[in-house]
Amino acid sequence: MAVEKEKLYRVHLMVCAGTGCVSNHAFEIKEALEKEIKRRGLEKEVKVVTTGCNGFCERGPLMVVQPGNIFYQMLTVKDIPYLVEEHLLKGRPVKKLMYQPPEEKTPVPVLSEINFFKKQVLVALRNRGLIDPEKIEDYIARDGYKALVKALTQMTPEEIIHEVTISGLRGRGGAGFPTGLKWQLVRNAISPDNEKYLVCNGDEGDPGAFMDRSILEADPHSVIEGMLIGAKAIGATQGFIYVRNEYPLAVKRILIALDQARYYGLLGHDILGTGFDFDIRVVRGAGAFVCGEETALLASIEGRLGEPRPRPPYPAEKGLWGKPTCINNVETWANIPVIIDRGGKWFASIGTATSKGTKVFSIVGKINNTGLVEVPMGITLREIIYDIGGGIPGGKKFKAVQTGGPSGGCIPAELINLPIDYESLTAAGSMMGSGGMVVMDEDTCMVDVARYFLSFTQDESCGKCTPCREGTKAMLDILTRITEGKGTEEDLGLLEELADTIKEASLCGLGKTAPNPVLTTLRYFRDEYIAHIQDKKCPAHVCRSLNVYKIDPQICFEKGHGCDVCRRNCATDAIIGSKGEAHKIDQTKCIKCGVCFDVCHFGAVKVE
Amino acid sequence: MIEAKVSDILNRYARDESSLIAVLQDLQEEYSYLPREALEQISKEMNVPLSRILSLATFFKAFSLKPKGKHPINVCLGTACHVRGAQLILEKFERELGIKTGETTQDLLFSLEAVRCLGCCGLAPVVMVGEEVHGKVTQTKVPAIIKKYKK
Amino acid sequence: MPKLTIEELEKLREEARKTTFIREQGQFRAKINVHMGTCGLAAGARHILNAFLQEIEKRGLTDVLLTTSGCAGLCSREPMATIEIAGQAPVKYIDLTEKKVEEIFEKHIQGGEIVTAYALGIGSEKTDLS
Repeated sequence: MAVEKEKLYRVHLMVCAGTGCVSNHAFEIKEALEKEIKRRGLEKEVKVVTTGCNGFCERGPLMVVQPGNIFYQMLTVKDIPYLVEEHLLKGRPVKKLMYQPPEEKTPVPVLSEINFFKKQVLVALRNRGLIDPEKIEDYIARDGYKALVKALTQMTPEEIIHEVTISGLRGRGGAGFPTGLKWQLVRNAISPDNEKYLVCNGDEGDPGAFMDRSILEADPHSVIEGMLIGAKAIGATQGFIYVRNEYPLAVKRILIALDQARYYGLLGHDILGTGFDFDIRVVRGAGAFVCGEETALLASIEGRLGEPRPRPPYPAEKGLWGKPTCINNVETWANIPVIIDRGGKWFASIGTATSKGTKVFSIVGKINNTGLVEVPMGITLREIIYDIGGGIPGGKKFKAVQTGGPSGGCIPAELINLPIDYESLTAAGSMMGSGGMVVMDEDTCMVDVARYFLSFTQDESCGKCTPCREGTKAMLDILTRITEGKGTEEDLGLLEELADTIKEASLCGLGKTAPNPVLTTLRYFRDEYIAHIQDKKCPAHVCRSLNVYKIDPQICFEKGHGCDVCRRNCATDAIIGSKGEAHKIDQTKCIKCGVCFDVCHFGAVKVE
Repeated sequence: MIEAKVSDILNRYARDESSLIAVLQDLQEEYSYLPREALEQISKEMNVPLSRILSLATFFKAFSLKPKGKHPINVCLGTACHVRGAQLILEKFERELGIKTGETTQDLLFSLEAVRCLGCCGLAPVVMVGEEVHGKVTQTKVPAIIKKYKK
Repeated sequence: MPKLTIEELEKLREEARKTTFIREQGQFRAKINVHMGTCGLAAGARHILNAFLQEIEKRGLTDVLLTTSGCAGLCSREPMATIEIAGQAPVKYIDLTEKKVEEIFEKHIQGGEIVTAYALGIGSEKTDLS
C-alpha cells in the first residue's frame, strides 16, 4: 500500500456504494461512467469515487457531482452517455436526472437544498458521501485522527472523560447510558493484571435499523479513532469490533481500514510516536439477535454460547475474560472524535436538556423518502415524517411509527408533535433503541405488528430463562389466536398480565422489553384488538384468516372486459372465468395471497 | 480433501476457544454447511469436546448441519419488509419452489430461509439470493427471480 | 512512509487535501468558471480548462475552485472564463489562450490585479454552478 501522489481532478463524481445503491446496480453505473469518461477523453479531468451510504436510499442509485454538490438520482446505465456529455463536457447539469419533489414543478439541483437533507445535522455521519471509505487519506483530509493527536498529546485520561461527560453523550445503542460515566466506571475498575478491554457493539439486530451498518461501511475510521481515544481514556490495550455476519461489506471495509491504520502506525505499538499502544480485532457475529445484549455479546467473543448472564457484575467491572470492559455501540464511537475535536460544550449545545447532540435514524416502511438521516435530538416526529420523510405514499393516512425495534413500541399519529429524545419516547411507552423508525399507514394492522414482534422475540429468545422463553410463547399464541378471529375479551387482560410478569422476571433486556410492542398497541390501538375479537374483522385487511377476496362482476366486466390477468396469476386456480367475462373466486380454493388484488388494474377485486 | 481444508482453516487462527466461532464461520462459508467429519477433526485438533462444538453450531443461526442449496434464498422478514408484505413473498417462494422455509430443493439448487432484517430496509421487501440483493420484490416478480438462477 | 509521527500525519493531511478540497462546500478564495458551450468547446475551452487545472495543481492550492458552465452567450469571443475573487465583482476574460491563462492566474488570482488587456468587463450574470 504505497502512497502515490494523487492527481488533481476538476470533478469528483461521488457514486453512492452503500448496500441500498449497490443492490440497485451502483457498480454498473460506476463502470458505465468510467467507460464513458474514457471515451470522451475526460479521464484526466474527472474521477469517479465510490462512497458509503448517502442516506437517500429510496432514490438510488445516487451520484453527487463535486464541486457544485449536484445531486443525481435513480440513474440507469443508459442515462450515462448523455449525463457525461452534458454535465461534464458542456458544463450543463442535466435537470431530468435530478430530484424533483412530488409537490413541485422544477427539480432541485443542489443536495443541500433538498428537503430530505436540509434539516439534517451531521455529526456521526460527518463524512457522508464525501470520502472513499477504503482510503484512509480521504478520512485524514477531513480532519481524521486530529482528535486522536489532541487526546494523545494534550489531554490526560481524566480530561478526555470529562469532555465526554460534559458533552452529555448517551449510548446510541438503545438504553442511553451516559457514555462519560461508563468510561469513568471502567477507568476506576481494578484489573489484577492491568488488562482492560474495549468493545464496539456492531451487532445491529433491530429489524428496521441500519445506521451502524452504514457507519461501518461509509466511515470505518471514525469508529477506529473513537475507540483509540476511548482506549487512552480508560487504559485499554485491546479492542474488539463485533459485527453482524449478515453485513459482509461492513466486515470488509472495517478490515481494510484496520490494515491502513496499522500501516500508518495509528494502531499497534507506539502510536504516532507517543508511546501509546492499542490494537483492534474484528469478531464476526453468527446470527443471534440476543448477542446485541452486552453479556451475551461478550460470551460470544470468548467463543461461548451467546447467552446473557445476570448483571451485576456489569462488564465495566467484569467483562471479557473477567476483565473490566467498556462496550459502546458503533454510532456512539463515531461521535467521540468530534466531541474531542470540537469540545463537549459544542456537542451539548445541540439537542434537548437531557438528550444532547444528534441521533441517526433509519426511516423505513410506509414512507416516501426511505433512508438514513441524522437530526438534532428534540426534533419532532412531524418534522421527521413529513419534512424529511416526505409523508406517506399514495395519499394514505399516517397511523403510527414504531421505534426501538422489538424492545420498543408504536407511537400513534396523535403524538405527531412528540419531540424525539430518550425521555419522551420512554414516556410514550416506546424507547429510542438504536434508531429504527418504521412508519405505518392505515393499511397496517397493529395487532399483526404486535404479533410480528412477539414472533421475532420468541424466535430469538435464547431459552435460558423461563419468563422469556415460555412467556413470549404464551403471548404469541394469544396474539395468533386473535389475528385468526378466535380471540376472546379475556385474552386482553391475560396479555397484560403476562407482559407484566415477563418484564419483571426476565434475565436480560431482550425479555424485559419484549412485551413493549404489545403494551403500546394495546394502549393506543385497543379498538383494533376489539375489532378482531368482537367483529372478527381486521380493519386494515392484513390478517388473512379474516379476509375474504371477492371480484365485483360489474367492474370486472364493464371496466376490465374480463381481462383474465387475475386468473393467470392465481396460485391455486381459485379464479373461475375466461377472457371477456366477469371472473369469480372459488372461496374453497383461495389461499388469500392477494395477488389478484395486486394485479387487477380496474379495482374489481375487493377485500372484506 | 475435507481434512486438508479444515487444517487450512484451523491454521488461520490461534488454537484457543475464542477462535472456535470464527473457525465454524469459515467452514460454513466453504461448504455452506458444517460437515460432521470436519467438526470431528476440529474437536480433535482444538481439543474441544464435540458436544460443545455442536452446541455452538445449533445455537447460532449462521450455522447449518445440513447441506444447503447452491443458491440460498433469504427472504427478509424485518419490520420494514413485514409491513410491506414480506410474508406473502416468502409463501410465494414456497409455492414456486415446492419446499417449505428451511428446506432445500431436491436438485440442491435452492434452499429457502427467512431472515430477520438484512439492513436494506429502504428497498423493502428485500430478498437476497446468494450475495445478490433484490429490492422492492412483489409476488409477481418471484418466478423471474428464480428463473434467473436456474440457468 | 509507514509509521507516521504527528508532523508526518499533518503533512499527509495537507497533501490529501490538495486533491479532495473540491468536494467541500465552504468558502473559496477564488472561483474560476470556464464556459463550455458548443462554441466554447470548438474554440478550445477544454485546453483552457486544463491549463487552469494545471496551475492549481502546480501551486498545490486548496482555496481556488475550478468549475464549468454552459454557453456564456458571446460566442465570437470564446474561449471565455469568469474569475471571481471572494468579495469582489467577477471578471470575464475572453479570447483565452493557455499563455494568457498563465498570466491571468499569476496576476489576478495570485496577485489580485485584474489583467485588463484580456478582460471583457467586470460583473456577470450568475450561473448555475458558481
